[in-house]
Amino acid sequence: MATLGSARLPGEAGLPSSVSTVSVTTLPPRHSAVVRVTHWIFTLSFFALLLSGIEIVISHPRFYWGETGTVLTKPLFQLPIPSSRRLVPTGYTYVLPDQNGWSRALHFEAAWIAVLTGLWYVLFGLFTRHFQKDLLPHKAEFSWRTFWTSFTRPLRFERPSAAEAFSYNVLQRLTYVLVIFVLFPLVVWSGLAMSLGFASAFPWSVTLLGGRQSARTIHFFVSLALVLFLFVHIAMICLAGFWGRTGAMITGRIGTRKEHK
Amino acid sequence: MIKLSRRKLIVSGLTATAGASGLAAAALMAQEYGLVPPDHGGMYGFGETLTYASQRLLTRRSLAREFPRSRISPRPFPNELAPLTEDFKHLQAGGFADWRISVDGMVAQPASFSIADLKSYPSRSHITELACEEGWSYIAEWIGVPLSHVLNLVGILPQARYIVYVSMEPDTWDSIDMADALHPQTFLCYGMNGNDLPVPHGGPLRMRLPRQIGYKNIKFITHLTVTDNLKRFGKGLGSAAAEAGYAWYTGI
Repeated sequence: MATLGSARLPGEAGLPSSVSTVSVTTLPPRHSAVVRVTHWIFTLSFFALLLSGIEIVISHPRFYWGETGTVLTKPLFQLPIPSSRRLVPTGYTYVLPDQNGWSRALHFEAAWIAVLTGLWYVLFGLFTRHFQKDLLPHKAEFSWRTFWTSFTRPLRFERPSAAEAFSYNVLQRLTYVLVIFVLFPLVVWSGLAMSLGFASAFPWSVTLLGGRQSARTIHFFVSLALVLFLFVHIAMICLAGFWGRTGAMITGRIGTRKEHK
Repeated sequence: MIKLSRRKLIVSGLTATAGASGLAAAALMAQEYGLVPPDHGGMYGFGETLTYASQRLLTRRSLAREFPRSRISPRPFPNELAPLTEDFKHLQAGGFADWRISVDGMVAQPASFSIADLKSYPSRSHITELACEEGWSYIAEWIGVPLSHVLNLVGILPQARYIVYVSMEPDTWDSIDMADALHPQTFLCYGMNGNDLPVPHGGPLRMRLPRQIGYKNIKFITHLTVTDNLKRFGKGLGSAAAEAGYAWYTGI
C-alpha cells in the first residue's frame, strides 16, 4: 500500500511540484468530498438496481430483438434459470415466488437516486475540471507500451506503483470515461426507452434502439458490462490494498495516516 | 479535521432552511397540480411520486406510439387468467348480451350501458403495443369507444379527479387520473384485430391504456365510479394492485 510515511512523494504522479515541499497534512484530498459522497450513494443505488433488476428478469428470463416478443415467439436467447411465472417454459419443475411489486418500485426509486447523484457528480466534474484533470487520458500516455504495462501488471498480481495512489493510469482513465460517459448513459437510456410514458413523449428513444425488446436486451447487456466493471474495480482495489483504497474513498486521505504528529 | 468557520455555518444553515422550505413548497404545489400518486406513502413513495410527477409534466398530451397494420403480432399472448366465475360463465353463455357497465359517482346522470350500446357510439381503434411488467410485449389493433365519450354522456362534475374501474373478477379494480381518463387513446375496449375482444384478452370489455403497463389494462370491466378522492376506495392506495405492492402509476 502506498503510505506516505517513508516514501518520497512520487514525482511522476502529476502532482504540482510545489507539493513535495508542503507538509503532508495540507495535501489536497485524493478524492474530493463530492466524489466520495456521490461514490457511496451511487454504490448503494447500484446494488439496489442490480438486486431488483435480477428479480425482474426472473419473471421473464427470455430476450428478444426488435419491437415485440412473448413466450409465443422465438427468443434471441433465454437464461437457463427458473422463472417466477408459470407460463414461461424454463425446463424447471418449480415456479419461484413473484417479487416484482417491490422489485419494480425499488428499481425505479434507486434509478432516480442513481441518476440524480450521477448528474450531481457530472456537473461537479465539469465545473471543477475533475474530468480533465483526473480522468481524461493525457496525450503522452497513448502508447502501446503504457497500455500494455498497465494491462499486464495487475495480471501478474503486481501492486500498483506508489504514484498510482495519487493518479490513475491510462487504462483506468479510459475505463472510467467509458463507464461514466458511455455505459451509464446507455443503461439509463435503454431503461427509459422501456417506459411507455417516456416513449410516448420521446418515441425516437425507442426507435433509435431498434424497438422495445431491443431496448430491454441492450439494457441487460449494458448492465452485465457494468457488473463486469464492478468485479474488475473490486479486484483492482484488493490488489492495491483494499483498506487503503477504500479508506481514501471514505476519508479522502491516502494510506493509514491516523497517527497525529 | 474539517474546520467549520462562522461563514460556512451561516451559509450551510441558510442553504438547509431554503432547501427544506423549497421541498415543502414543492410538495404543496405537487398536491395542488395533481402530481402526487395515491400510493405516495412508504419506502417507495419517493420514487413513485418522482416518476408520476415528472411523467405527468412530460406526457399530459403525448400519444402512445402507433404502428402500421403490418406490424400486428400474429399471435398475441394472453396472460394467465384467474378461473372464470359462475356469473361470468352465465353471461358468456348468453353471448354477453346482458353484460352491463354502470357509471356512477360524481356524474350528472348515472347510467349503465350494454356492449351493444357501447358499439353504437363512434368506434375508434389504434394499433399499439401491450407491454407487461414482466418484460414481454406484443402489438395489436384495439377497438373501442374512447372513455371520454362515455364520461361526456354521463356528464362528469368539475371536481372529478379520478375514474375508478372495477372488474367482474373478484378484488380487481384500478383507477386513473383525468389526464389518462380523457386521453384520446384510452378506450373501453371491446374489439381486437378486427374481431370482438376474446375472453382471454379481457372480452367482452377491458380498459385499454396504451401509455401504461399491462396490469393497469384491467379485464372484464363492469363498473366505473367518478370521484375526487381515492381514499374512500379499498385501502386508499388507488388500486388492488397497489394494495398488493404493485405501483399505481405504471407509465414506467
